[in-house]
Amino acid sequence: MIKFILYRLFISLFVIVGASIISFALISIVPGNSAESILSAELANDPKLEEVRFFMEKHGLHNTFLIQLSQWLKMLLKCNLGTSLRTGESVLIEFCSRFPATLELAVSSTLLAVIAALPLGILSAVKHNSLIDHISRIVSLWGVSMPNFWLALLLIWIFGVVLGLLPTYGYGEIKHLVLPAVTLGTGMSAILMRLQRASILEVLNKNYIRTARAKGLNEWSVIGKHAFKNTLIPVATTIGTQLAHLLSGVVIVEQIFAWPGIGHFLVDSINTKDFPVIQGFVLIIAFFYVCINLAVDIFYALFDPRIRYGGRN
Amino acid sequence: MTLLNIVDLNISLPTTSGIVTASNGISLEIGQGETHCLIGESGCGKTIVALAIMRLLPVNAKISGKIFLNGVNLFSLSNKEMRQIRREQIAMIFEQPQSCLNPVFSVGSQIAEAVKIRDKCSAKASKEKALELMRNVQIPDSHKRYHHYPHEYSGGMAQRAMIAMAMALRPALLIADEPTTSLDVTIQAQIMELIKDLVVQFNTSLFLITHDLEAAFSMCGHVSIMYAGFIMEKGTVENIIKSPKHPYTKALLSTISSEYSSPVRGMPPELTKLPAGCVFHPRCSNAMPVCSKIDPQMEKGVRCHLTMKI
Repeated sequence: MIKFILYRLFISLFVIVGASIISFALISIVPGNSAESILSAELANDPKLEEVRFFMEKHGLHNTFLIQLSQWLKMLLKCNLGTSLRTGESVLIEFCSRFPATLELAVSSTLLAVIAALPLGILSAVKHNSLIDHISRIVSLWGVSMPNFWLALLLIWIFGVVLGLLPTYGYGEIKHLVLPAVTLGTGMSAILMRLQRASILEVLNKNYIRTARAKGLNEWSVIGKHAFKNTLIPVATTIGTQLAHLLSGVVIVEQIFAWPGIGHFLVDSINTKDFPVIQGFVLIIAFFYVCINLAVDIFYALFDPRIRYGGRN
Repeated sequence: MTLLNIVDLNISLPTTSGIVTASNGISLEIGQGETHCLIGESGCGKTIVALAIMRLLPVNAKISGKIFLNGVNLFSLSNKEMRQIRREQIAMIFEQPQSCLNPVFSVGSQIAEAVKIRDKCSAKASKEKALELMRNVQIPDSHKRYHHYPHEYSGGMAQRAMIAMAMALRPALLIADEPTTSLDVTIQAQIMELIKDLVVQFNTSLFLITHDLEAAFSMCGHVSIMYAGFIMEKGTVENIIKSPKHPYTKALLSTISSEYSSPVRGMPPELTKLPAGCVFHPRCSNAMPVCSKIDPQMEKGVRCHLTMKI
């Protein structure tokens, strides 16, 4: 198991660096010049040719793609992600100052989704084709189909404007977290609930469920213990990918709620072609993706004895 | 004393290919400590009858008739009362034992779970009892095997574990539904022997479902011969072997001895479209005109127009 984890981390190095190189390459294909776009944003009018040239030489932008890439990789070996062309701050500091907000939002909306979805999914599987099941089907269809920005605006209108219960934007207190977390959690819980329901229904046809019933176990033990544990693998996989997706930043929801996460900053950096930021952020986000996938894989082995990594049995 | 009494049991199951009539007016009795065998070809509805006793049939099954256990009609019980019956009175083991054990729990813990719900004892005591049961069903290295998972068990071992789980309930009736069908031939005999011993040791009645005539005759005192959802003939093993009355019984016996010549021709009918009259008449070598028109009644343990005339 330890061997497997080390091996996976080693492989993930290539994934992470590869992802950064690809994003670097994509940025350099896009027409436009970083120096020009950053300077014009700073000066609020078109920069002079000398200014642009000076900026490019200062940041090594006049070099070819390969030289720039190798310089970046060299820096990376020293654990240095470079500095933002736009703000002049270190990329790592820029990331660390924004990431806690993103993490807070991602984890709380995931938790919210899991807490709402799993019991409801199990309930509608147990009572399938009953009124509860039909209602939950309609609600989850609604949850999946509703675009985030529309749900966000609805929530702001209802809870912020009409009822005046919650602040409509900002960051810092729990009450600020509620509306963005509910916005993001709704779509996710709708997906999770349907998945949980379908997984339980599939497992309920298995012979070992018949055995559990034949033993005289009550329905809660049969479903909550014997069936539920067998549905954890698909459910955990989906939770993992959804969480990783949220950790990479959610631009629209951050924008609507003025949430100071990484998504907003990253999009601004893409618009101005601030490529040290783009590469650095992609590198770190890729790292999170890899870690979450690894965690999900380890989770498989913990919960399903048939899955063992590395070596015999 | 009668332990289990099935009276005029009719079961039909709606499926995509039509309505399956799996049980037609089945009646049989099992006395305390008796061993009763239900014999029939695959797909004749044997398992459905067993699941009906456990009340584990799909909810869309249409059931009529009565099943009495110690004089109590099981169909009149609430779900909660029925769970108590499953915990304390009737246990069941199935074919394909490996698929009947939950893959994500250790085998030992699944046996201990049965002990726990039966005896309402502590986790430690139920583990001790489970280990004892595992030794009882001759699972070697029980301390190590307790923690193993179903995929680490062979078919024979898994069936032993299932038997241990069933015996943890100290049932008055053990239903064994083709317990050896998916196992190696050498293991089959061992498992049958084990069931036979335990039934005596625990003073349990046995309802064995099989298509293996020899196993049935060596294990059981009474047999019922089932064909396409009907019981064709029933009686003690001795009587059935010595003087089978029904042409189907004779045909079955011909497969294990040369005394009765004619083997059964053709295929059993599909349960979605049973023939009119006696269900066996299309394959019966003694069929008469009346057989295709009128369904014979069970008389003195035989359902056949040949014996009804006499």
